[in-house]
Formats: sequence, structure tokens, C-alpha cells
Amino acid sequence: MKFTAYAAVSALALITGNAALAGPEAEVLHYWTSGGEAKSVAVLQQEFAANGGTWTDMPVAGGGGDAAMTALRARVLSGNAPTAVQLKGPAIQEWYEEGVLADISNVANTEGWDKVLPASIANHMKCEGTWCAAPVNVHRVDWIWANAEILAANGIEMPTTWDEFNAASEKLAAAGITPLAHGGQAWQDATVFEAVVLGIGGPEFFQKALVDLDPDTLTSDTMKAAFDQMRTLRGYVDSNFSGRDWNLATAMVMNGEAAFQIMGDWAKGEFLAAGKEPGKDFLCASTPGEGFLYNVDSFAMFEVDGDDKRAGQDLLAKLVVGPGFQETFNLNKGSIPARTDVGLDKFDSCAHLSAQDMNASSEGGSLLPSYAHGMALRGAQAGAITDVVTAHFNSDMSSADAVQMLSDAVANSY
Amino acid sequence: MIDLSMSRPAETHPRGIAWGRLALRFSLYLFLGLFALYYLMPLFVMVTTSLKSLEEIRTGSLISLPREVTFEAWRTAWSGACTGIQCEGLKPYFWNSILIAVPGVAISTLLGALNGYVIAQWRFRGSNLIFSLMLFGCFIPFQVVLLPMARVLGEMGLAGSISGLIFVHVIYGLGFTTLFFRNYYVTIPNELVKAAKVDGAGFVRIFWSIFLPLSLPIIVVTVIWQFTQIWNDFLFGVSFSQAGTQPVTVALNNIVNSTTGVKEYNVDMAAAIIAALPTLLVYVVAGKYFIRGLTAGSVKG
Amino acid sequence: MSDWLETHLPKAVLAPSFIAIMLFVYGFIGWTAWVSFTRSKLLPRYELKGTVQYEKLFASPRWDTAMDNLFVFGTLFIVIAMLLGLLLAIFLDQKVRSEGVIRTIYLYPMALSMIVTGTAWKWILNPGLGLENMVRGWGFETFTFDWLVNPDFAIYTVVLAGVWQSSGFVMALFLAGLRSVDEEIIKAAQVDGIPTWRIYSAIIIPSMAPIFLSAFIVLAHLAIKSFDLVIALTGGGPGYSTDLPATYMYAMAFSRGDIGQAASSAMIMMMVVFAIVVPYLYSELRAKHD
Repeated sequence: MKFTAYAAVSALALITGNAALAGPEAEVLHYWTSGGEAKSVAVLQQEFAANGGTWTDMPVAGGGGDAAMTALRARVLSGNAPTAVQLKGPAIQEWYEEGVLADISNVANTEGWDKVLPASIANHMKCEGTWCAAPVNVHRVDWIWANAEILAANGIEMPTTWDEFNAASEKLAAAGITPLAHGGQAWQDATVFEAVVLGIGGPEFFQKALVDLDPDTLTSDTMKAAFDQMRTLRGYVDSNFSGRDWNLATAMVMNGEAAFQIMGDWAKGEFLAAGKEPGKDFLCASTPGEGFLYNVDSFAMFEVDGDDKRAGQDLLAKLVVGPGFQETFNLNKGSIPARTDVGLDKFDSCAHLSAQDMNASSEGGSLLPSYAHGMALRGAQAGAITDVVTAHFNSDMSSADAVQMLSDAVANSY
Repeated sequence: MIDLSMSRPAETHPRGIAWGRLALRFSLYLFLGLFALYYLMPLFVMVTTSLKSLEEIRTGSLISLPREVTFEAWRTAWSGACTGIQCEGLKPYFWNSILIAVPGVAISTLLGALNGYVIAQWRFRGSNLIFSLMLFGCFIPFQVVLLPMARVLGEMGLAGSISGLIFVHVIYGLGFTTLFFRNYYVTIPNELVKAAKVDGAGFVRIFWSIFLPLSLPIIVVTVIWQFTQIWNDFLFGVSFSQAGTQPVTVALNNIVNSTTGVKEYNVDMAAAIIAALPTLLVYVVAGKYFIRGLTAGSVKG
Repeated sequence: MSDWLETHLPKAVLAPSFIAIMLFVYGFIGWTAWVSFTRSKLLPRYELKGTVQYEKLFASPRWDTAMDNLFVFGTLFIVIAMLLGLLLAIFLDQKVRSEGVIRTIYLYPMALSMIVTGTAWKWILNPGLGLENMVRGWGFETFTFDWLVNPDFAIYTVVLAGVWQSSGFVMALFLAGLRSVDEEIIKAAQVDGIPTWRIYSAIIIPSMAPIFLSAFIVLAHLAIKSFDLVIALTGGGPGYSTDLPATYMYAMAFSRGDIGQAASSAMIMMMVVFAIVVPYLYSELRAKHD
């Protein structure tokens, strides 16, 4: 009897001892694999290790996360889900509905995420009231980048309305400069489109059209005007824009071949990598019109077995939203912290502008999710809209046909 | 080998023949040379780009010779490029690909040889139907099998493992390896098998001592095909691997395909060439045996 | 006992492969068929919901484009790669000097993954960066080669790069075939004074029927599964003008989380394959045997 009790105690000691030895563990599936992005994730891994965790890296790049999502489905179906996955937007809720996400509310509540995150961003991280994901950063999508020298030489100010933009472009075109550097890939067409919709229709219209998918709004005259503006923009790109990578378009602005580019703030990384200075060599401004379109990267935790893995999820969630990581990561990535209480002393002027606008629009209700970057809609609907936008931009389709196709495609996508 | 010139009917003007032959040879080489250029063009772009500095790529023309040759990109691609938080280049992933490709090629080639041998020489009722079913199987789009296969691998306990990947590659390579061997063995006269049977040789013996020795050229074709397919596969590699078992194509993709990072084209191109070196090697080496095997064994037809 | 073993050994040898194919090819096709009648989104679900996915598919203009492209691309790709492969093999078979080097040059594209080769092609075909720019630089100011950025012609650039990648392998298959033709017959024909082109068209090429089968299967398989090629070269663009069924299906299944829709497109794809390949297989196998 004594003997068995002893055995039981020592067995228990062995188990707990092992658990303490193993510590938090995480296999992290993400698609940040290159240069600055990878270094930013490495910061997280170091912090994770410093807190006793073991990080197993599972990087899968490509197609804005498409390849990673393919791998994720296979992993989930084979009963071998990764511990944490880079997921964003409504995809988080979609995975939650499949019943495979873990609840990280206890971390979120202890850390007081509700107090430090803007409400609209916090909503993306919640599934039916519980916290199921942790935000990393806020990319602003509706940026317009310009070559400072060209603008000065042609006496052009950064445009604040689309009419001003068009006037400036006409002037540039007359001077033999490509007004708009653009890469003809579907997602880039969509990026420009949503900036145009926001600028022409305003935040409320954007919400109704591209978030709520209201059929009447989709076929409205304002939407036609947005497609008209897309057709006008088509006239401002050079003839070789098809299939061009976004960074080559950025290079055109840098080298003075083109004046403007409409792209998210990751474009800043290209300028900085080439040794250009914001405000001096290149200019950043929000695209004409009110509002702020965000693209928030986040990590979701998957349901896994084992205490060490669960401990890993909690630790990871805590670190991801922690102020230290939010600062370092976003300095590397060109975005701004999702937390509003992180000091921005080390950030550049574009990031300051972004943070200011985020706070202002958060209060004014014009802080909106980017449809082009998978924040506003589920994949099927977003994809259906992009099909129409890119088909319109790359053909001579009329705006009236485009809005009709748009509402058909959306209706057909459910 | 057939020589076009040999078959020209004897003509009465010897000088005419000489000039005609020369012109014919010249246009032959011109034709072959032009196509060599077509095939080499992308490689030229890749090699020159990999030897440039990023600064030169950003400012200069994309298809031009490098002003200054640097091997920096090659070193980075092999051992320094980031494929995630690890910045060790392609090096660590090479071994995984070899572990997948070598057994995958060996097993599927062996099975293909046996299947082809049965279908071509030991026909039974329904063997042609089986062959057709296997052939049609070549056409199933791999995107379709991903999800159910993931489930099956999970059930088998092979999820995320090298063995799982080998298994998948063998299954979906079978159609082709069987096709190649069957079409090769079908040209070997059935009398050979009949004669061997009369001499008392059995199924295994005939395969081992008659068919296998004749098979070098088709083994080379099959190995080239399978090795290329498996080595270059990305879809299965990315879906059925986990941290630690990812093949080199996944690493290459991670280097090349960043959505929002700065693109280092020189490293991308160097990495692509490095990742392709084993297949290139197989092509160069196997190409030699291809010919040797063909000139040695002349029992076909 | 040993006799029994001897007669059944061939079947036993074939059995494992046969079972594997039935399970992992036809079983999975059945699974796909089932899923195509459901409303599966992110992950497969199994409650049947009728033919709604097929209705959606046929209502989609993008799918129409993808199917049209498959026929244009598939036909051109197979025909051109086959002809070019045969032609190169015949020419290479003329006791050419440094044949080994040339053969390797023709063959190597197959060794490269399209993930990056696509970028090289993209640069070459881009009017502003590549060929057009180069030829204009030589003084031919009016030279135009803008297929890549022209929605009506972009699909032909996919053919161009596809042929580049695969014709070498077809060439190798034909070369092996040419070298296994009985030389005695050819010599006899030459002695009889039969012109060369007749020797090829009447004796050599017909004797290579099984090689044509292999080449056709290899090429058709590549055409239908062309995925990396399109993604790397055009990304389906301009617009979605170079979309193929394989890229459509992938986009639906994995970028858009619409697995039911992807399954229905896969079923249509396989029906097309069935309609083309089965008659061909039937005639080939029929002609050769039985």
C-alpha cells in the first residue's frame, strides 16, 4: 500500500516535472517569409523563446496567403492542425464556424485588449463574443504615393479630390510622364477600386456597398461614377501595366518614370529599402476623400491537444498584442501598431499620419475594413467583386454593364 | 539513325549534290540553333539577373548583361535567404526533397515496370481495362485530391511526414510509369516470352533476365519524368508537410513569393537555378545513358 | 501449387496498383462528385443540396472564359508541342554534331519549376522590358509584341511558355522512338529509291504509334493541369482572360473558401477529359491489340 502510494507520487512528480520541462510550445503557420517581414516574425520568436517557449516555424508564402490556407485546410483535415495560424478578417469567423478555433478570452481579458484596441478592429478578433484571434498590426490600404521631384517640377500639389487627381494626371500626361504607376493584377485593380469607391461615395456608401453588399447601392449611380473614375484611371496607366508586380510599379515612381501609385503602406518599405526619405524624395497621403481602410494581420489559435501547446497559445497571444512586439514589428513592416497606446516616437511621418487618421476615423465612424485585402467580406463574395472589377478595368465594358454584372456576381456567390 | 543525304536518289550532277547537301546541312543547323536560342532565352535572363546587384536590377534594363558580376545572390540563396524566421537559404530543405524524391522515384518506377510488363506481355481478361483506368487516372487534377487525401493520410498516421509524401507521389505517379513501360514492352515481340516459357522460365525469371536488361532507355525516360514531377511538386509538398518536412520547392516559394516584402530578384533567380540543379543534373547525366542504352540494345522494332 | 501461382502471379502483381488507383483516383472522384452537390464552403460538408453549384458555375462568365481558354490553349499546346517535338527529333536524328549539347538544351526547361521561370518569361514577353523593347532598340521602331498585356492574345503567351517547357520531353520520346525503328527496313526502302519524306510518313512515323500515345497523354495531362504556368506568367490576367479550369478551381477551393463550387468545376473538367481521352484511348488500344 505504502509502496503504491509512493509510486503514485513519484509518477505524478515525473509527469509534472516533464510538463515543466517541456514548457509552452507552438507550431506557427504564417506567410511572412521574406526580408523585413521574416525579421519581424523572428522578433516574436525571440520573445517567445525568452519566455521559455519553443517555436516551430511553418512558413508558407504565396498569393497573399492562398498557399498557406491550402496547407491549413490539409492540416486541419488530417487532424494535425498547427498551433497558431496567421489569419485575418472574416476568415477567422469562417474557421470558427467549422469548430476548429480555440478560445483565448482569458488572455484577452487579463491583458485588457478591449481597452487598447479600436472597437472596429477588436470586433474582427471576436467570435460570438469570445476572443479567437490576436491582432498584430494595422496596414492602411488607401494610400497614394508620389515622386516629390516630379510633382514639384510640374507645380502639382498632392491631390485631395479625384477631380484634382485627374487634372494633375492630365498635366503630367501632357508633360510625357506616366501619371499612375499600376500593376495589372486582380488584387491591385481591387485595391485601386476600393480607394475610388471610398473617395467618390464616402464612408457610408462604402459600408453599404462593399461591406453590407446592398443590391441597390451596388447598382446606384454613385457606383457607376466609381466605375467611370476607374475608366479614367485606365487612361493614366502606361500600356505595359498588365501583370506587373506592385513593387515594380513602386520602382517606377522612385525612378521618376511615373508620378503616383495607389497602394497600401507596404509600398513604403520599397522606398525605404532604396534609401528614399519620406517627405523629401517621396510623398505619402491618403487617397482623395474621407475615411480609412484597414488591413489588419492577426493570429488565430487552433484547437490542439496537450497542455504545453495550450500554454504556447496563451503565451503567443499575450506577446503578439504586447506593446514591445507591436512597436518592433510595425517599425519593420511599414504598418502601425493595432494598439493605440504604443508610443510612435520611432515611426516616420507617414506612420504618424496613419495613426492620426486611424484615431480620427475611429471616432467619426469612418474606420472601414478593406474589401480588397480580405477584411470586409468572405472569400466568395470578395472574389466575385474582384472578378468584375478586373474584367471592367481590362476591357472596354461600360459602367452600366459593370454595375449590373457586379450585382449579378454578388448574388451568384452565396 | 537515318541520314537524309543517304537517301537522295543518285543524281547526275555531282557539284549540284554537294551544294544541295551543304545548303541542307546549313539550314538544318540554323533551324536547330534558332530553337536552341528559344529554349535558352529564359535561362539567360535568369542567370544574368542572378549575377547582378539589386541596385543594378532596380535601375537597369531587366534583360541585359550585368555591368558588374557578383555571386552574392547565389550565396544568399543557398545559405542566407529567409524562408521564414530561419534565414538559412535553401540548404536545409534540400535533404527533405532528396528523401522524398529518391524513394518516390524508385518505388514508382519499379511498380510501373512490373505493371507495364504484365499489361504488355501477360495479358488477361480485363488487363486492358485496368490499363485504361490507370491512364485515365493520370488526368485527375491534383487540387481535387488534396482534401480527401489529407483525411486519408491523417487516418493512416502519415500526416505531415516524409513517408506520407512518398506515398502520395507513388500513387499519382503510377499511371505514368505504367504507361511508359507498357508502351515500351509492347514493342518487344511476344515470341520472346513464349520461347522463354518453353525453356522453363517463369514470370519473375523472364522479367528479371530478359526484360529488365532491355529496359535502360525507358527506365531513363521514366526516372527523368518522375524525378522532375516529384522534385518540382509544390502542391503536395506544401499541403502534406509540416515544419521540418517541407521540400525545397516550398522553401523556394517562400523566398520568391512575398506579398508585401521587398523583392530581391537576383536571389529569386539564383534560388530557382539552385533548386533546379538536381533535375538539371539528372537530365545531363541521364541524357548520356539514354543514348548509350539505345545504341547498345537494338532488339526493338 | 506452383502452377497456380504462376498463372495468377501477373494478376497479383497488378493488384496493389489497381486497388490504389481505384481508391485514390476513382474513390476521390466519387467523393468530389458528392461534394459538388453540397454547399461546402471552407471545409467539406456532406448534406446534399441539389445542383445549385452547377447552376452557379454555368452562370459564371469567368468559367466560360476558363473553358474557352482550355480549348484554345489545350489544342494549340498539344498540336504545337507534338509537331515541334517530332520535327526537332527528326532533325536531331540527322547525325548532328554535338547532339548531346543541343538535346540537353531542348530538354532542360522541364527541369525548372515554373514558380520562377514564369517571372523570366514575364520579363521577356513584357513589351516595355523584353523582346519588343530590345528589337525596337535595334532600330525596328514599329515592331510590336504585346500579347502578354492584350486580353485577346495573352492566352497565346501561355501556349508559348507551355510549349517551351514541354516540347523537349516530347522530342526525347520521339527521338527514342526514331532510334528503335528497324534500320533494315529503312535501308531497303532507300535502296528502292523511295524519297525520304515518304520513308518518314509511310514507314517511320506510323511505327511510332505507341510513342504518340505517350506524348499525347503527357501533353494532355499537362494542358489540363496547367496551373503553375498560368499563375506564374499572367496570374490569370489581364482581367481573368487567361484563366483555366484548373486555376478557377483552385481559386474557388482555396482562395475563396467555396469548396462546393470548386468540386462542381472539377467534375466538369473531368467530364471534358473523359470525352476527349476515352475515345482516343479506345481507338489506340483497339488498333494495337485484340
